[in-house]
Amino acid sequence: MEYFVEAFNKAISLMLSFDPELYGIIFLSLKISVIATIISTIIGLPLGAMIGLNRFWGRTALINITNTFMGMPPVVVGLVVYILLSNQMGILGSLRLLFTPIAMIIAQVMLAAPIVSGLTIVAVQGIDPLLKKTAVSLGANSFQLALLIIKEARYAIGAAVITAFGRLTAEVGAVMMVGGNIRFQTRVMTTSIALHKGMGEFQMALALGIILLLISLLINSILDMLRGGRGMGDR
Amino acid sequence: MKEIFSIRMLIKEYNGRRVLDIKELDIEEGGITGIIGPSGAGKSTLLYILNGLEKATSGEIIFDGKKLTGEPDIEVRRQMSMVFQKPTVFNMSVYDNMAYSLKLRGLPKNEIKGRVLELSKFIGIENKLRQKAVTLSGGEAQRLALARAIIHKPKVLLLDEPTANLDPANVAMIEKLILHANEEYKTTIIVITHNMFQAKRIPERLVFLLNGSIVESGETKEMFTKPKDNRTLDFIEGRMIY
Repeated sequence: MEYFVEAFNKAISLMLSFDPELYGIIFLSLKISVIATIISTIIGLPLGAMIGLNRFWGRTALINITNTFMGMPPVVVGLVVYILLSNQMGILGSLRLLFTPIAMIIAQVMLAAPIVSGLTIVAVQGIDPLLKKTAVSLGANSFQLALLIIKEARYAIGAAVITAFGRLTAEVGAVMMVGGNIRFQTRVMTTSIALHKGMGEFQMALALGIILLLISLLINSILDMLRGGRGMGDR
Repeated sequence: MKEIFSIRMLIKEYNGRRVLDIKELDIEEGGITGIIGPSGAGKSTLLYILNGLEKATSGEIIFDGKKLTGEPDIEVRRQMSMVFQKPTVFNMSVYDNMAYSLKLRGLPKNEIKGRVLELSKFIGIENKLRQKAVTLSGGEAQRLALARAIIHKPKVLLLDEPTANLDPANVAMIEKLILHANEEYKTTIIVITHNMFQAKRIPERLVFLLNGSIVESGETKEMFTKPKDNRTLDFIEGRMIY
């Protein structure tokens, strides 16, 4: 227990030291995760709403594929993106994106878009069918109905986005593979923790982990405040 | 009087089971028609089909002189509204709920505001317009649902047991609102009810459905005083066992 208390104290003193390298890592971690979450929402939200709201041939298969991708191992995503961006064999190798923050964002979008999409499907499917019938009977066309359902499911969709963001801030395998954990360039909180652990600096790794958790708590609290302090499930 | 709905040989089947089989039914424009019958008689299915929420298996429906085929187009649907037994409100303010159908139709903001204020006063929720609609009581929510359905002055209002499970005060308010829509907006109303007192009070005409078919239809007074079919008499006097 004492070990953890020391790690916590170290985390606090690290944060108060205003070390430019540490804050650079924190800033890069947030920047990559926020951008990837936004892109994933832009892709996943309409896709999930489209699948959840419509009945078409192959829908069940599409839902199964989405669910499978939701649990995709990050190292597999990292490997695929690595191969795609590799100079030697990748079709996007000429863009020279490997070991850059952009490559890390691409990998993270591949991880988070299915999460946003899959949870959006569940969210819109969870809306009371009577509510849809009411909107239709009041004269809503297909587009107006879709907008209403997304609005009705907004808290669940918000939870989907927060879940995706949480997954990305905690992700290490894919960003390590395509980012390379290069100091001052692609090193983020999680890869930094992995590095310190590898070097046997467990307390430092733990302190960084605590900082990561505190940042996550801060962001979730801000998002909750923006939603009027309703908490995750309360409507 | 002109018919707003002319229904001929209307059949609805679910997995081969016939739930509705109406040979002929005309609904008069501007009137109030009540539909009575035991649970499972096909009353709600009929309303769903008229509103375009469900497709008939076969048959013909002529609405306001226009034959309805397949999916009714949006312009036809926008001449109708439906209110369900369970009070259904959107998770937005009372004002936005009431304004919903007007916004869908792109009415100017001033007109929307005027109509919302007028109707909200009529149903006694003018001081709750900023409140979240999901926080209303069951009775208030149903009043809101009905006001929201008539605010755009539809040609036809379809009511699926709108007063079920409500207290007498709310029943009175809902009935007042139904009559208001009929008298002020000239809205044709088709109302399903299990309440025989209400069936006597509100509709001018009644249709008695049993096992998906019409047993008898006619003027309310006649149906209650001189029913032509013994099954009608059994039902309205509460003797029918089903």
